[in-house]
Amino acid sequence: MIFTIARREFQSLFLSPLAWSVLAVIQFILAYLFLTQIETFMAFQSQLAQISHAPGITDIIVAPLFSNAAIILLLVTPLLTMRTLCEERRNKTLTLLLSAPLSTTDIVLGKYLSIIGLLACIVAMTGLMSLALLFGGELDFGKWFCNLLGLLLLTAAFAALGLYLSSLASHPTIAAIGSFGLLLLLWIIDWKAGLQNQSSDVLEYISMLHHFQNLQSGLLDSQDVLYFVLFCATFLILSIFRLEYERLQK
Amino acid sequence: MTALIEAKNLSRFYGRQCAVENVSFNLNKGEILGFLGKNGAGKTTTMQMLCGCLAPSAGQILINGIDLLDQPKQAKAALGYLPDTPPLYKDLSVHEFLHYCARLHRVPRQRCAKAVHKAEQRCGLESVRHRLINQLSKGFQQRVGIAQSILHEPDVIILDEPTVGLDPIQIQDIRQLIKQLGEQHGIILSTHILSEVQQSCSHVQIIDQGRLILTESIAGLNRLMNTERINLRTRLPVDIDTLKALNGITAVEAKSPHEYIVHFHTKAAVTDRLAACVLENQWGLEAITPLKKSMEDIFISLTSQTHT
Repeated sequence: MIFTIARREFQSLFLSPLAWSVLAVIQFILAYLFLTQIETFMAFQSQLAQISHAPGITDIIVAPLFSNAAIILLLVTPLLTMRTLCEERRNKTLTLLLSAPLSTTDIVLGKYLSIIGLLACIVAMTGLMSLALLFGGELDFGKWFCNLLGLLLLTAAFAALGLYLSSLASHPTIAAIGSFGLLLLLWIIDWKAGLQNQSSDVLEYISMLHHFQNLQSGLLDSQDVLYFVLFCATFLILSIFRLEYERLQK
Repeated sequence: MTALIEAKNLSRFYGRQCAVENVSFNLNKGEILGFLGKNGAGKTTTMQMLCGCLAPSAGQILINGIDLLDQPKQAKAALGYLPDTPPLYKDLSVHEFLHYCARLHRVPRQRCAKAVHKAEQRCGLESVRHRLINQLSKGFQQRVGIAQSILHEPDVIILDEPTVGLDPIQIQDIRQLIKQLGEQHGIILSTHILSEVQQSCSHVQIIDQGRLILTESIAGLNRLMNTERINLRTRLPVDIDTLKALNGITAVEAKSPHEYIVHFHTKAAVTDRLAACVLENQWGLEAITPLKKSMEDIFISLTSQTHT
């Protein structure tokens, strides 16, 4: 049942111009940033050659590409998730799902998987773009894989939070603004600690950027993976509760 | 045989406001139950509770003997619901949408095409099956909504104002369809149009301010309408058989030894004869009061009684 909903949602994303335009815009911007990064690498290449254990193209080009992709997705994911539950409620199509023999878990997970499907496309395309470097050099595939996994986990977390806010909000734009604000806050929350030269363990743990950067450096730490898994699970469970609550309260 | 729907003491509060209060009723196979009420009387709330879209604040709902709150998935499998606004994904074509609904209602994959085709045929949607729902007129959208609620052949079909926005011919078609469906399923339909209930339903319930104020079969309702009633008060008890023997009187109910309700056909003016009979037998006539007659009268009187 989850997959029936997910497939329908995924298809309808591609029925409207939304998914296509998102894919096109992201691909265009990333391609531009990718090229500037290559340019920078070319300029410093001769100096790098003289240093022993110099960072390779994976560190200089691939990691920044994925960081840029993360920031763009921070902006874009709220736009993708804002309509999921909110629009159903506004168009009164939610009753169709609620009166069908489905559990709220099916509904929430179905919606979530459809968004993850689109985000996975974006992540895969970013990964493919960086593979273009194979024409001129060699990649550290371990790091490349960690970057890919990191970006996927990160966007999955974005989507979970976006979905929850969509279940709360009465209007899609409110859901978008709300989830964008929260995501940005979670992104920058440990900056203050860095400024005062004293790191706060709690803030550092909460920060999404911190965990993402750990993964980007090629360090596949179960703690970071667990952070994202817990993050997604928390917001998905909250969304399920929210839908149940609506049935009770309204 | 278990009833298709058994609602027991349903209540629903929105905050402190009570929308439905202590409503109980049954629906059996082959019955078409008309739910009548003014706007805001609690029709939609009751229907939403029956479909599991809204949890009742108190009470129990059994569908086919399965508790809707304890085993929602199993119970809902026997339900088809058309809400007051048909829930349609407007970016899909009729055919795609119905296919999706069939899958949602767990129609096995190989039977989907057949079920969708049958529903399209029943609701007259064959000519528009490949059009986007967005481009359809309101009447057709309503039909798609009905098709959606019947395509998995549920035991219970709940229709919230199914004929709103349709032209008179379509209304006839839909009524015909409802009657046809009612032979094998149990149907609840809500409306505020009285004649609709008379034409398509077998039973009627009137709800006002969240309370059920009348539950009657359509035959009983027609009797209420085709006959007039007189409230008779006497000092001494009367002999009911003597009254019944009078020409035109169909039934006499005793409310107490001194108070009776006399039913008689509209055409026969029995008031004089009734009075004469009471006087002749020296039962001591105290009062003779005519009671309501038309369905509108019944409806209005019932709903206004609860206000005072």
